[in-house]
Amino acid sequence: MKKILFAFAIAALLAGCSSQPTAPVDDKSASTTTTDTTSTTTSGTSTSGVSGTATGAGANPLKDPNNILSKRSVYFEFDSFVVEEQYKPLIQAHARYMSATRTAKVTLQGNTDERGSREYNIALGQRRADAVKRMMTLMGVQDVAIETVSFGKEKPRREGHDEASWTENRRVDIIYFGE
Amino acid sequence: MPRSLRLAFVLAALILLPVAPAPAQLTIEIIGGAGTALPIAIVPFEGEPAGPAGITGTVGADLARSGLFKLVDPEGVRPRPTRIEDVQAAAWRAKGADAVVVGSARPLPDGRVEVRFALVDVVKQTPLVAMVYSVTPAQFRVTAHKIADIIYEKLTGDPGIFSTRIAYITKAGTRYQLQVADADGSDPQGIVTSNEPMLSPRWSPDGTRIAYVSFESKKPVVYVQNLATGARTAVANFRGSNSSPAWSPDGRTLAVTLTKDGGSQIYIMNADGGNPQRVMSSPGIDTEATFTADGKSLLFTSDRGGSPQIYRLTLGSGAVERLTFDGSYNVSPRPFPDGKGFAFVRRDGGKFQIAVQDFASRQVQVLTAGPLDESPSVAPNGKLILYANEVGGRGILAAVSSDGRVKQRLVAPATDVREPAWGPFPRP
Repeated sequence: MKKILFAFAIAALLAGCSSQPTAPVDDKSASTTTTDTTSTTTSGTSTSGVSGTATGAGANPLKDPNNILSKRSVYFEFDSFVVEEQYKPLIQAHARYMSATRTAKVTLQGNTDERGSREYNIALGQRRADAVKRMMTLMGVQDVAIETVSFGKEKPRREGHDEASWTENRRVDIIYFGE
Repeated sequence: MPRSLRLAFVLAALILLPVAPAPAQLTIEIIGGAGTALPIAIVPFEGEPAGPAGITGTVGADLARSGLFKLVDPEGVRPRPTRIEDVQAAAWRAKGADAVVVGSARPLPDGRVEVRFALVDVVKQTPLVAMVYSVTPAQFRVTAHKIADIIYEKLTGDPGIFSTRIAYITKAGTRYQLQVADADGSDPQGIVTSNEPMLSPRWSPDGTRIAYVSFESKKPVVYVQNLATGARTAVANFRGSNSSPAWSPDGRTLAVTLTKDGGSQIYIMNADGGNPQRVMSSPGIDTEATFTADGKSLLFTSDRGGSPQIYRLTLGSGAVERLTFDGSYNVSPRPFPDGKGFAFVRRDGGKFQIAVQDFASRQVQVLTAGPLDESPSVAPNGKLILYANEVGGRGILAAVSSDGRVKQRLVAPATDVREPAWGPFPRP
């Protein structure tokens, strides 16, 4: 019975996700899609709003700056999709949290620096997100609880054309459903 | 600039901004021309309005912009010729012209205008073409582009592209817009506006629809939009990322890159959505598929050999062949309409440049200097390649002839422009 309920919960989450109406788009007036200009780590489309601070930082381990779960970014070398050793504790912590919180669902958003083809960079960002996902599933997280997507070089966190910006932008962000 | 003064400028700019700004028009500058530009005199047509409302100004601008023609000032030849039989070859040869265009615009009783034009080769002293159109004054621009197309084809042997349209993405702050404009940059229209990135616009072969990738639902999704009705469909919105649309030459199917089954892989699906069929299986990245002109194969980018390189998949047999070997980063293949080769982006010592490669000889010719050239799009006559680059940190469009000799820059004020796509020849 527990298993069935879990399946229902996942199905409901997936349905909620896929039936999310696409923002209307028009040809004249200002845009109608939700703005998310400053950071790719906060997704503005959910009903819960962008921050979970209303219940206090201590209540939510995902928001507690002292908790490793508040760290969400895995960084990569140029042209690489290899997850470096230093990020394994971070990924492990999220994998444990997700395994313990069976309703938790994440999107892993892959990003690249600005160099190279836009479409190839979508694929490279996807590969980075897939590499983090593979690690999480090996650590026991259900495949259906993780969606990997890529922003390529389209949503840089830092707009500069220098090594520091590129380093910051070669990244996978872990975004929990509803954030 | 003192802060208060700067603020005043910003405020002034805000006040002057219209509520719903019309898209800024691209203006095209020629920054390098063919060494052998053909000298041509275009005599203002008898009866046409002076200035931009007329016809010959547009014809001359089209031909000059191609870089293959040099305009000879027609002033001083008296009487001004309007018909083939008026053209005195010797007078035009003395002015240095090899060809002369003459014509007239006469009002018809029904309110339309009869536009006549003729092209004369004054070297061989033979008329090359003469045409008559009955049009409304509102159709003068379209007619002028048609006339320029005919002149271009008669004198170069290749079809003209002055009646075609282009699409591109603009970015102003966080506002992205998919725009469509005439090939000369005029009449820009906003097609889609979003606060999330869009990329990879691709024209359907009949020019009625555009496929593109939008991030509006926080992930890449492929849409197809009808230009006449504005109706659009999310044709690829599967789990994961959906990107890199490419139309088959018959307009019925799209090649897309999907990650729904793990990894970035290429599928062919119905252009109105549904039935994605994976075309091959690779352990790495496969993306950026484009159909060759005969529809029988796909060119695509893959890292299956350890670095991103361009490959060809023959759809009938499933055979895959690597095409690029020189360098560690060759991406974004775009086949030429004559089936003889393709344009692509290569990285050379950290610089990204537009190059072309011949299928048979495998010879590569680098056309641009970089350093950040990307997203090439080949004109339907195969003679120009439109691409994106950056000047002073701002994205602009540029074009280079497929022999590398003619270079143009397309500039829009205060807007980042990227992701150009050249539309097909207009259907009659």
